[in-house]
Amino acid sequence: MRHLKILEYALSSLLRRKYRNISLIAVYALTIAILASVLFLTYSLKLEASHILIDTPDLIVQRLSAGRHDLIPMEYVKTISEIPGVGSAVPRYWGYYYDSLSHSNYTLIGIDGDIPGLSLLEGRMPSAPRECVIGAGVGSMRIVGTGDTLALINSMNTGVVFHITGTFRSVSNILTNDLIVMSSKDLVQFFDLPAGRATDIAVTIHNPNEVATIAGKIRTAHSDTRPITKSEILRTYDAVFNWRSGIMLTIFSSALIAFCILAWDKATGISAEEKHEIGILKAIGWDTADILELKFWEGIVISLTSFLLGLIAAYIHVFFLNATILSPVIKGWSVLFPAFRLTPYIDIYQIFVLAFLTVTPYVASTIIPSWKTAITDPENVMRS
Amino acid sequence: MDSLIRTENVTKIYNPRKPDEVRALESATLNIDKGEVVVLKGPSGSGKTTLLSLIGCMGRPTSGRIVVDGRDIAKLPERFLTLIRRRTFGFIFQQFNLIRNVSVLENILLPLYPVDISFADMRLRGEKILEDLNIRDRMNTKVNKLSGGEQQRVAIARALINGPEIIIADEPTAHLDRKLSTDLLRILQDLNVSGKTVVIATHDPFVYDHPFIKRIVEMRDGRIQDIRLT
Repeated sequence: MRHLKILEYALSSLLRRKYRNISLIAVYALTIAILASVLFLTYSLKLEASHILIDTPDLIVQRLSAGRHDLIPMEYVKTISEIPGVGSAVPRYWGYYYDSLSHSNYTLIGIDGDIPGLSLLEGRMPSAPRECVIGAGVGSMRIVGTGDTLALINSMNTGVVFHITGTFRSVSNILTNDLIVMSSKDLVQFFDLPAGRATDIAVTIHNPNEVATIAGKIRTAHSDTRPITKSEILRTYDAVFNWRSGIMLTIFSSALIAFCILAWDKATGISAEEKHEIGILKAIGWDTADILELKFWEGIVISLTSFLLGLIAAYIHVFFLNATILSPVIKGWSVLFPAFRLTPYIDIYQIFVLAFLTVTPYVASTIIPSWKTAITDPENVMRS
Repeated sequence: MDSLIRTENVTKIYNPRKPDEVRALESATLNIDKGEVVVLKGPSGSGKTTLLSLIGCMGRPTSGRIVVDGRDIAKLPERFLTLIRRRTFGFIFQQFNLIRNVSVLENILLPLYPVDISFADMRLRGEKILEDLNIRDRMNTKVNKLSGGEQQRVAIARALINGPEIIIADEPTAHLDRKLSTDLLRILQDLNVSGKTVVIATHDPFVYDHPFIKRIVEMRDGRIQDIRLT
């Protein structure tokens, strides 16, 4: 009962200074929102990336020419598939397409069958020439959907019209968002790829422990190739997003420190009015512990309100507004993609760490100066 | 009569052994009996507020003993002093010391927040006291919207909410006109009639010359000069 009454008084005390507290909550929530946005965005991007990699082949074999990615001869498929331990070696046809209408980059993939791990939201996979399936981002950029047509300019600078037979659904929006899938034959024609060449070769391996060994054998057999393992891709994604988020967090940590200094300054500079109030409460029978409990509730209410508001704002910013403020920094080159909506993923551990780093200093900076005031004799209030 | 409050050679030094050391009270010895009305009289700086605050457990003496209801308060830990303040004393301050922008009712209930009684009982008790002091109609008004006299009544109501045995009033008429001072003294007199011990610090002749005052303690330069019955 006593604790409930002190909490009630804390709430009424906060309401009494509502304008000051609202401005404090606004600054506090903004700081939390920025930090949480960075965490949400990088974590979601990393998870999106890991989703992509679930269905990635164990090895992707690219050909290098003058240090750059080049088309790979089809004969390599046969020699690679004959290496012991290799399950399959399948040529892949894909390329990037810059759409000058929407100023976006699309990824064009040629297939002969289904793409594992991806399912259609509606429609069917292409089964005839000049048919395609598109990702949601492509559909929204070109304002088209299943049943419509999609006009693209091929490498001979000629317009090619595709009939859209379906749109993608996937747990990973980043995976399909910029995708246009057509038959391999259409893709070869569209990019005017030379006969007997593929973009790269997807290799599956029976025993995951042998990936590195087989990659070595492929390089020995074809010295102009670069076998890329699944784990290497994962490490690259991790490194890129960790580096970017690290930069962002460093910048915003300064904001957090500045906020903490502000909070500390505010709290240590406890106003004469607050000091006087503490003196009155002590004089009329409040114990030091009661005063500390009062200030604890005040600090908790302010900091948790700010924390929750900041988290909600960050959630909306990242998952509904596509991280408008942060995405140019975190996503880097991928801003050329059609805008995609991240699937919300939240790491509870990160939330707890953020809460610890923001709520604790504020509550402490509220309680400590009040404690210093509360332990002094209430006699001073008699003289005020 | 039983001796309710006893001070023995009480000295209070602020900032001891520092350049700004102040000897506010020097060897003050005083007995206050249960049910008495005592006035501490003297000019500013005479030590009456210091003595009042020490009697009221708001500070500790530098030396000497203060015994309240048989307990030597100078030796008690802080939390026991708080309990004594809460249960034994009701304070009426010179500046009222009400919490601004808070309603009359909430202000007078403040001493009950750390006590284990329900909101409903608190409210009942508060309304009864406001009724007795004729300010129940102002119950939900913010205290800063009240007149000086009304604020003084709120301060008295707050002092009485815990049912204290001793009322301590520091310059209670300092901000009141004659009529309001008369009302205040009538309230204090009623409280005394109902059995409360009243200790008042003042330099207002209207207070110390009032017929209900039983004893006057003259103070000057931190010392008790004279104690006389009226």
